Amino acid sequence: MTTAAHNNRLPLTALFGVLLGAAIMVAPLVWTLLLSLKSNSELMRDSSAAFSAPYTLENYRAILVGSDVPRWLLNSIIVSLGTTAAVLMLCSLAGYGFARLDFPFRRTLFVFVLLGLAIPEQAVILPRHQLFATLGWHNSYPGLILPGLAAPFGVFFMTQYFRAIPKDLDEAAMLDGASRLDVFWRILLPLTLPAQATLGVFTFLGSWNDYWWPLISATTSDKYTLTVGLAAAQMNYAQTSGLGFLMAQAVFASIPILIVYIIFQKQIVQAMAGAAVR
Amino acid sequence: MMERRVSGMVFVLPFIGLYCFLLILPFVMGLWISFHRADLFGSRHWVGLDNYVRLFADPVFYQAMGTTFTLAVLIVPALTLITLLLALALNRASRSAAIFRGLFFSSSVLSVTIVTLIWRFVLTPDSGLIAKLLTAMGIEPLPFLSDPNLTVPALAITTIWWGLGLPMMLFLAGLQQIPQDMYEAASLDGANRWTTFFRITLPSLRRTTILVIMLQTAAQLQIFGQAQLLTQGGPSGSSRPIVLYIYEVAFGRWELGYAIAAAEVLLLLILALMLAQYWLSTRGEEVQR
Repeated sequence: MTTAAHNNRLPLTALFGVLLGAAIMVAPLVWTLLLSLKSNSELMRDSSAAFSAPYTLENYRAILVGSDVPRWLLNSIIVSLGTTAAVLMLCSLAGYGFARLDFPFRRTLFVFVLLGLAIPEQAVILPRHQLFATLGWHNSYPGLILPGLAAPFGVFFMTQYFRAIPKDLDEAAMLDGASRLDVFWRILLPLTLPAQATLGVFTFLGSWNDYWWPLISATTSDKYTLTVGLAAAQMNYAQTSGLGFLMAQAVFASIPILIVYIIFQKQIVQAMAGAAVR
Repeated sequence: MMERRVSGMVFVLPFIGLYCFLLILPFVMGLWISFHRADLFGSRHWVGLDNYVRLFADPVFYQAMGTTFTLAVLIVPALTLITLLLALALNRASRSAAIFRGLFFSSSVLSVTIVTLIWRFVLTPDSGLIAKLLTAMGIEPLPFLSDPNLTVPALAITTIWWGLGLPMMLFLAGLQQIPQDMYEAASLDGANRWTTFFRITLPSLRRTTILVIMLQTAAQLQIFGQAQLLTQGGPSGSSRPIVLYIYEVAFGRWELGYAIAAAEVLLLLILALMLAQYWLSTRGEEVQR
């Protein structure tokens, strides 16, 4: 089993187990896809109809014209991209500062940031809701983006990355008369692109899939993210327009993130494992 | 000179400012509010430890704690074992292994609302996939989302399906770090597959296993969306985990101070878990040396 390097063939029982597992992973997805391709009235009589033709794209058309789903998609894109861009900027600046510059209380501040890693969402989300309510920030894009910016893991991650870059590089540039901002912007930042990609994809995914905060902060349908909108759709399922339409929403909402996953598979796996080990 | 040194701070200040405002301030506010009878609309009245005293006399809180621990006990060992086996099977360089790894990880990138939407119509007894399969085999469909004995296992199954990816990848990373010459030496000594597994592979995965168990336990203590969406915590609270309890107290009963007190208790549990992980993994190293 473990002598993979010597014996590259999987024992038959293991192969069977993997195939069974794969079937259990795939079956709910296929079921969802089939349901989404059926007319609602046919499913109303019996959902077994999903196993046989005729199939239709009617539910997807209904999503694109005259439903709130495209609006939620747009909100999700704005919030996730906004969060990602801001986190990359803040964490790169702070990572460079902590790794390369000397200023009073540098070590203390760094430890102060690391302490944030030990504070789970649950311990801050309700008071933060209260704080944002006082400031009138709910149901707005900044209200949805800001909480994602307090990302101590990102600062830790970028600081480690900057530290690993040889110091001779910036010293040589400084001798040539480059300013500190030049060194950061033109020399070091381009070298951190792989780290930016990893942190960026990780932040994007977390923001895209976040549920707890947008659920309590975005309470009007026009500010729902896709995640919250889909929650509302399934809560109101009994009154709305049918199973096929609902499942088409699930498929529709999965497509963007699955595309991101297929493109950035390596970064996503690296980032999630990295955040876990830290 | 001093001036230049202070100016270095400019790079970290934007982050530090937001961090204080969005994480540290709410954290301190939370501790403060938990000593008040406070509602969602800002009225506050100092009550000292009263919220905590009430909490530890509240049978619904104990029920939620119990449900949370049951979920963790159902999910964590199963998830650890399944992902360890998957990692062992898929730790090879072939193309098909890479495809399977990608497949088992893919569910982790979906949001909780998509996962519950999918699983609702797998589990539901009238139109769900499992019901269809059982009926085809002549078995009565199971009411997964309404029978108090089945709701918690249903949440566990959904969560395992959703969460396989990360622990599998952690185990794979752990397997990659085992030096190959250990296996070569073992095979020279004529060790069989099982001896090799129990003497080399499993001990080498000790740290990874502790990490997986602790991460998963911490995640399951905070389980929320699945329960809120699939079962609404019901029937009669039998599937209501602690975070859903906090949510309901805050946004259903508007008792903010009381809800935050419950959140602080959860925070202590999670911190204890982190310390346990640290202690377990460092102690192990001393023993090995």
